[in-house]
Amino acid sequence: MFDESLRSAAPPKLAVWKFASCDGCQLSLLNCEEELLAVAGAVSIAYFPEATRAQVEGPYDVSLVEGSVTTPEEIERIGQIREMSKVVVTLGACATAGGIQALRNFADVAEFRSVVYAHPEYLSTLARSTPISAHVSVDYELRGCPIDKGQLVELLGALVEHRTPRISTYSVCAECKRRGNTCVMVAHGTPCLGPVTQAGCGALCPAFERGCYGCFGPQNTPNTASLTDHLVRTGMPPQAAMRVYRTFNAASEPFRRESERQERAMAASGTGVKR
Amino acid sequence: MSSGVSERTQTLQVGMLARVEGEGGLHVEIRDGHVTDVELRIFEPPRFYEAFLRGRAFTEPPDITARICGICPVAYQFSSCMAIEDVCGVTVPEHIGAMRRLLYCGEWIESHALHMYLLHAPDFLGYPGAIEMAADHPDVVARGLRLKKTGNDLMDLVGGRSVHPINVKVGGFYHRPKAAELHAFRPALEQALEDAVATVRLVSTFDFPDLEQTVPYLSLRPSTGYPIEAGDVVTTLGDVWPVRDFREHLAELHVPHSTALHSTLDGEPYVVGPLARYTLNHDRLSPLAKELAHEAGLGPTCRNPFRSLVVRAVELVEAIVEALRIIDAWVDGVSASVPVEPRAGMGFGATEAPRGVLFHRYALDDDGTILDAQIMPPTAQNQPSIEADLRELAERWVAVGDHDLTHRCEQAIRNYDPCISCSVHDLDIRIDRH
Repeated sequence: MFDESLRSAAPPKLAVWKFASCDGCQLSLLNCEEELLAVAGAVSIAYFPEATRAQVEGPYDVSLVEGSVTTPEEIERIGQIREMSKVVVTLGACATAGGIQALRNFADVAEFRSVVYAHPEYLSTLARSTPISAHVSVDYELRGCPIDKGQLVELLGALVEHRTPRISTYSVCAECKRRGNTCVMVAHGTPCLGPVTQAGCGALCPAFERGCYGCFGPQNTPNTASLTDHLVRTGMPPQAAMRVYRTFNAASEPFRRESERQERAMAASGTGVKR
Repeated sequence: MSSGVSERTQTLQVGMLARVEGEGGLHVEIRDGHVTDVELRIFEPPRFYEAFLRGRAFTEPPDITARICGICPVAYQFSSCMAIEDVCGVTVPEHIGAMRRLLYCGEWIESHALHMYLLHAPDFLGYPGAIEMAADHPDVVARGLRLKKTGNDLMDLVGGRSVHPINVKVGGFYHRPKAAELHAFRPALEQALEDAVATVRLVSTFDFPDLEQTVPYLSLRPSTGYPIEAGDVVTTLGDVWPVRDFREHLAELHVPHSTALHSTLDGEPYVVGPLARYTLNHDRLSPLAKELAHEAGLGPTCRNPFRSLVVRAVELVEAIVEALRIIDAWVDGVSASVPVEPRAGMGFGATEAPRGVLFHRYALDDDGTILDAQIMPPTAQNQPSIEADLRELAERWVAVGDHDLTHRCEQAIRNYDPCISCSVHDLDIRIDRH
């Protein structure tokens, strides 16, 4: 799995790139306060405009990519980044699934433009927000909105140590049990996306007496249909049971399929088709 | 950076501004030794938040709008909560207001420490970034990282995590931490206070170019204390108005020849952020923050954008003093939230993001579905003034070489701690490659 070409004496050259996003995932790198200077020592930070004016020309050993592709120029730019990077890592929900801005994929982008901008004709934007993997091959992905900085440090450590990073793909439920949380859905009837959502946050929301809302996107084998049926049966309005999948990972395949299935079910039964 | 010199026209182009949040560039045009055009270019792509908020439930904006900005998500969460509670006729009790202020203090500490130590101080100490600065000033960088970590840890404790906190909801919070947990955090805040005092003393020794802004300043001003999570709007023109009147005074124009939606106050440019808060609320600072401001050479007002670094340091002290005060008064056994029932209407909310006041407005129908949303972030409001500063400074510095001029202009932009990710759904995007 690991790219042998990274094996060399010199510290790997790291670049951090931004596409359509909130900056929160690259901020997670700066938020590794205790690890930051150690990381900076183990890698050579060659391009990270949010942190430094200094720049080193490519090629790069590792490119961390935040954000989704939403403009024609970005399609070109991600191609260039792929060409000059040995390893490409996508950071967070925008880069791995299109982010919350992928809600445009379910709507008419021309209408969206005119809601926000007085002169939509000045804008250059695509009809869909797409993940980085829709355009170039991606070597590793970190999920989350935002990513978990523990996972980021694990991934950087693995790259420096020439090993495969340990990133779980099972559900939040597994983490929740391990943390010793009371199940909010069983004990309190609180709607929770934990069963279908990938681990990584440490089951944060249930620890704060709230249901998971899906920041890390679908786990590897999500039974979304079963969860949706449970949510509706226990009192969630059908419209809301569709919307729970339409947030930060709305365009990820399992969540997209499920929200569209629910939308069709509502249309068939004539319920709640409100915009 | 690239520069092109023809016989009489010189253009200065910074393709990518470093050490700002989001993606922006700068274009300066000089003709016959005079600055003829300055544009802060924003090429951050639009994400259409106001559009996809339509049709969502009234409970969703705190989670959704947090994603506008990874650096100041709490500002978005609380401005949206306040606007929706305004529609629904709910005022949260004092203990929930205090918890909001505490989480917000965490965000101020984190954001101000990030900006001062990692993004802005390297300009004044002559380094490309903090990591390079750490080689010569390890103690300074370690102090900055320690402060930032304390801000983040406070947000973890109160909000669940520092980027996009999970504990905020309309009506309050999901979970209220216990007094014992908060008291255990006191030593970290005491260390932070010591570090913040040292920060004021450090930055006050920096060399600041002269620049005196004459545009009006605008901030919130609550009934007591320094403005953070609440208040009416006040300006240096002497105006006082409730947040719900913001649309009568503040206009956003999408003009074809400009890269920005120009926000104006009764038709004129204005400034929000630390200088505005300080100048309009100096009397509200704690005794310690006031004393340190005086020691750092600040008067009761400050209109030099370069000195915003000193004002941020004073605000850092204030945020830590406030956090300690709130923690000491913490009680257990009270509710984490109050119920909020939807109703039809329009509501308004505003809070002080670290970089300036952030307005939200929502229209709901009777079942709480969002019909319309409007968000006015601080960087969009400051945009015309950033360009005005650059025009004046570039004219003054026109004789220095392109390299220095570029660096100085970048520094002048960083005075505003601009958050381009935030401002973009409100800005015209024009990609102009030369």
